[in-house]
Amino acid sequence: MKNQKETIRKILLYIRHYWWLILGSLLCAAVSVVFTLYLPILTGYAVDVMVEEGRVDFVVLKELLVKMAVIIMITGIAQWLMNVANNRITYLVVRDIRRDAFHKLQKLPLKYLDVHSSGDLVSRIIADVDQFADGLLMGFTQAFTGILTILGTLIFMLRMNVWITLVVVLVTPLSFFVAAFIAKKTHVMFQKQSEARGEQTGLIDEMIGNQQVVQAYGHEKKALKRFDEVNKRLEGYSLRATFFSSITNPATRFVNNLVYAGVGISGAFFAIHGRLSVGTLSCFLSYANQYTKPFNEISGVITELQNAITCAGRVFELIEEQEETNNGMAEEKIENASGAMEIEHVDFSYVPDKPLIQNLNLSVKPGQRVAIVGPTGCGKTTIINLIMRFYDVDKGAIKMDGKDIRSLSRENLRSQYGMVLQETWLKDGTVLENILFGRKGATREEAMEAAKLSHAHSFIKRLPKGYDTIVKENGENLSQGQRQLLCIARVILCKPSILILDEATSSIDTRTEMQIQSAFQKLMEGRTSFIVAHRLSTIQSADIILVMKDGQIIEQGSHSELLAKKGFYTNLYMSQFAG
Amino acid sequence: MKKLLVYMKGYEKECILGPLFKLLEAGFDLTVPMVTAAIIDCGIANQDRDYIIRYGGILILLAIVGLTCSITAQYFAAKAAVGFAARLRHALFEHIESLSFAEIDQVGTSTLITRMTSDINQVQSGVNMALRLFLRSPFIVFGAMICAFFYDIKAALVFVVVIPLLALVIFGIMVVSMPLYKRVQGALDKVLGSTRENLTGVRVIRAFHREEEEEEEFCVENDFLAKAQLFVGKISALTNPVTYVMINMALVALLWIGGVRIDAGTLSQGQIIALINYLSQILVELVKLANTIVLSNKALACANRIESVMEIHSSLEMAGQEEDRRENRIKGQVIFENVSMCYQGALEPSVEKITFTADKGQTIGIIGGTGSGKSTLVHLIPRFYDVTEGFVKVDGKDVRSYDLEELRNKVGIVMQKAVLFKGTIRENLLWGNENASEEELQEALELSQSLEFVEKKENGIQSFVEQGGRNLSGGQRQRLTIARALVRKPEILIFDDSTSALDYATDAKLRGGLKSLSYSPTVFMVSQRTSSIRHADKIIVLEDGKVIGMGTHEELLENCQVYREIHQSQYQEENEKSIQN
Repeated sequence: MKNQKETIRKILLYIRHYWWLILGSLLCAAVSVVFTLYLPILTGYAVDVMVEEGRVDFVVLKELLVKMAVIIMITGIAQWLMNVANNRITYLVVRDIRRDAFHKLQKLPLKYLDVHSSGDLVSRIIADVDQFADGLLMGFTQAFTGILTILGTLIFMLRMNVWITLVVVLVTPLSFFVAAFIAKKTHVMFQKQSEARGEQTGLIDEMIGNQQVVQAYGHEKKALKRFDEVNKRLEGYSLRATFFSSITNPATRFVNNLVYAGVGISGAFFAIHGRLSVGTLSCFLSYANQYTKPFNEISGVITELQNAITCAGRVFELIEEQEETNNGMAEEKIENASGAMEIEHVDFSYVPDKPLIQNLNLSVKPGQRVAIVGPTGCGKTTIINLIMRFYDVDKGAIKMDGKDIRSLSRENLRSQYGMVLQETWLKDGTVLENILFGRKGATREEAMEAAKLSHAHSFIKRLPKGYDTIVKENGENLSQGQRQLLCIARVILCKPSILILDEATSSIDTRTEMQIQSAFQKLMEGRTSFIVAHRLSTIQSADIILVMKDGQIIEQGSHSELLAKKGFYTNLYMSQFAG
Repeated sequence: MKKLLVYMKGYEKECILGPLFKLLEAGFDLTVPMVTAAIIDCGIANQDRDYIIRYGGILILLAIVGLTCSITAQYFAAKAAVGFAARLRHALFEHIESLSFAEIDQVGTSTLITRMTSDINQVQSGVNMALRLFLRSPFIVFGAMICAFFYDIKAALVFVVVIPLLALVIFGIMVVSMPLYKRVQGALDKVLGSTRENLTGVRVIRAFHREEEEEEEFCVENDFLAKAQLFVGKISALTNPVTYVMINMALVALLWIGGVRIDAGTLSQGQIIALINYLSQILVELVKLANTIVLSNKALACANRIESVMEIHSSLEMAGQEEDRRENRIKGQVIFENVSMCYQGALEPSVEKITFTADKGQTIGIIGGTGSGKSTLVHLIPRFYDVTEGFVKVDGKDVRSYDLEELRNKVGIVMQKAVLFKGTIRENLLWGNENASEEELQEALELSQSLEFVEKKENGIQSFVEQGGRNLSGGQRQRLTIARALVRKPEILIFDDSTSALDYATDAKLRGGLKSLSYSPTVFMVSQRTSSIRHADKIIVLEDGKVIGMGTHEELLENCQVYREIHQSQYQEENEKSIQN
């Protein structure tokens, strides 16, 4: 509840920018409600001036009808303005929230992004915000006008006849209770339905997603049998949920009809005694029809609003997440790093009570090669995370050219590196745009030069539109190897002082791999490089080898030093002859 | 949609009774204004209390009968819709299972899953609503108009004019805004795409410090979305005000004409009130109808998508049961004769003109780079795909003349991707052969080198495997899929590049075990590593779908340059792999 209040306060902060729209919207809503309610009264007057044959007062009737026409036009305009204002508020607020959320994504530490699934974050920014928009729009258009309509009707009715009003006021809430009662009863059925649905979707996912295996083992009939069993259950739950929930409308309509009958009977009795005109009775009848509508709607609006607040809460949670610290507090600056790196007494762990790296020391001279070796999943990327400052060390310091990397701005630090990762991420855009990603303001010629150096030029030429071919998000039109070559071209363009490479090329055929290797070689010339190494030649030629196991660096040194140690590395190296 | 109506069969009764009861209820709705008019014209005018009470009672009675009819209608509609959906789901599931790999590749599994789930749900609610509202709303609109004619022809003319006009406006706005909503959806998809891209590429973006550019791009798309939403919002915001103005202007006209007619003595006060009532009923129903149409349009689109899946037929047809009895039927023999196979939509064949024979008990190694057609080749044996040229024979019989189940029963295949299903390990193994004995399961586990880790588990072979085998490591999953294939004791055993997740020692033990199998299956071993296949009786070297070498390891080293290169490059790499492991 307190959270909800907090969320509402934050929503209001966003809405505040559009206060004039809100003011306009509320004004228009008030005008349209009051006039809408006034219209039946005028209709009643009009009915009253046409009593019977020969007794119709055309002068008054004309006057009334003109008045009605004017009011109708004003109401129409007010309604339209209100709708437009509500749309504006909703979509602009939504735009602002999305913008802030996306901005936040750029500032969040990787510590956060690595542990939150991207699907969840995307769904917050897209689906949740959408849901919030729906709720907000509905809240604006229906909640306010609904309440105004109820109040207005009540006042107008009381002015006309207290007793008939009492009939309406007493019977109407019944529909509210009936609706609430049904909703409560059906909730369980809906829950069962969605459980069965979930189970079925799981089964569908499993069986259709792995159709190849299902067919290879002739498991179709058995799968169908299991499916039918769930399907049968789902049918039962669905029928109950659908049927019982669909009683709501007839039930509330029934209450509505009762109100109508009550007004009709009591009104007729008052009319007999001359205490009510026929016109007023007709006005009451139309009120009786209108009065229940907002009641029925409001329960829907409340659930929708509550839903919207929950969704907004999830988005705000993201927007308020702690940002990366001391970004831009650059005390120092490096123009062109020499490539010297120092890692001094570094401790690091992802989870506080599970120490990972302890007292790591490493000194890299300009132009040296560091090979990181170890089985998959041993935490080779941890080192990259630290020197790129995707994560901060817990203790000790990493220094570039003698300066603590925390004293540099992240932008300054990272512009010294060139990085090629195993997962070849490319943007949704042209080949050229993807290469230009490496350096702001580079020209097309420079990009082509880089492509030639990385052996990418020859395949790019053969693409349907050359450098202007669009790279698809999941890269159907480029092979894994080609994507990697583009990533290399991207790095060549940015001319970094220090390289970070991941050699893993398991899914690439031999020919492309040779090209990639030669591109890597060219890239490493004269540059300090950190390589997640997979090839023997890379390892042997490295100046320093870091041997990692289970997230920890267990040995370090050159190839010959490590062999002399007769430790873990020696074992690994010797075991090659077993194959 | 039409073809899907078959699944409505058996629900004809509900489909007729549902709308019928709905019409009854609508009929009662239309009577209400008449009763009111009578109360005013006779009851009040004659000061007849009994009359008022009698007719008031009728109003309450109408409400009760209306409620009963309506609930009955809802029940029938729900029953028909839910039953229809359940049958449709069953039929679609069965149909999808019958599709061959070629069709599934083409449509994509994620699409099929959406069809099975959300699309069918949409259709269900569409059918439910259509049964309830499609007849009711037009009935009330026209019924109200006809009732108006009974009271006064001139006054009824107002209805005749305003109903088509209203319909025009409501549906006109709908038609105009629908494509605009599609544009909004497109813009939203773009915003979604950018967000996802930004998240997956976060390391690269930060490494190249492109955060600001990314944000600018996002803002452009985000603004575009807001603009599109505002634009369509402006148009759809017209619906309510315009209908309000029209219906009430009609009211003004009705009152004027009513005044004239009452003055002339052809219309009574109660009747004009009834006419006013009808007017508001019409408005309510037209708005409902418009919503119904929007929703049923959605449902219809879903139904059409489902139908298009239903229309896909398996391309694997039986090529007649022409049985070649004269030919020697050696069990486990596989013959490829001049086989080519081209995937649908692909320009070049994936395998081309391949001819070889594998005899019972032989091990055939297949090697080549990615995309050289290794997997395609072995997928032709259990007839996952059909050849486009030549033929594949198993036991001397063309695979196309087999009953699919019979053919696939002969084959045990271990796929590249190690897929296990929710259930116990035992249940997963039984996929291979549901009548396998406990000893046979143990044997398979042992041979596949999984016995050790399975026994370490608390419940052993009864341990639970989560969906997709999440609670097992990649290597464990792979070994269990191998065990599953072994449980089958197949004549033909295929390893589709499935031993790459195993370390050298396990791989070697497995290969050794295969040799000792009593039923001596013909083994096809697809691999990228020469070490896995070097002991094969015959090795086929593929490049770009063509055979560029065939023979034993030694022969190929001698006379196939590509094989030699692969072997040399990997001999080195293999050593490195073992360094890392």
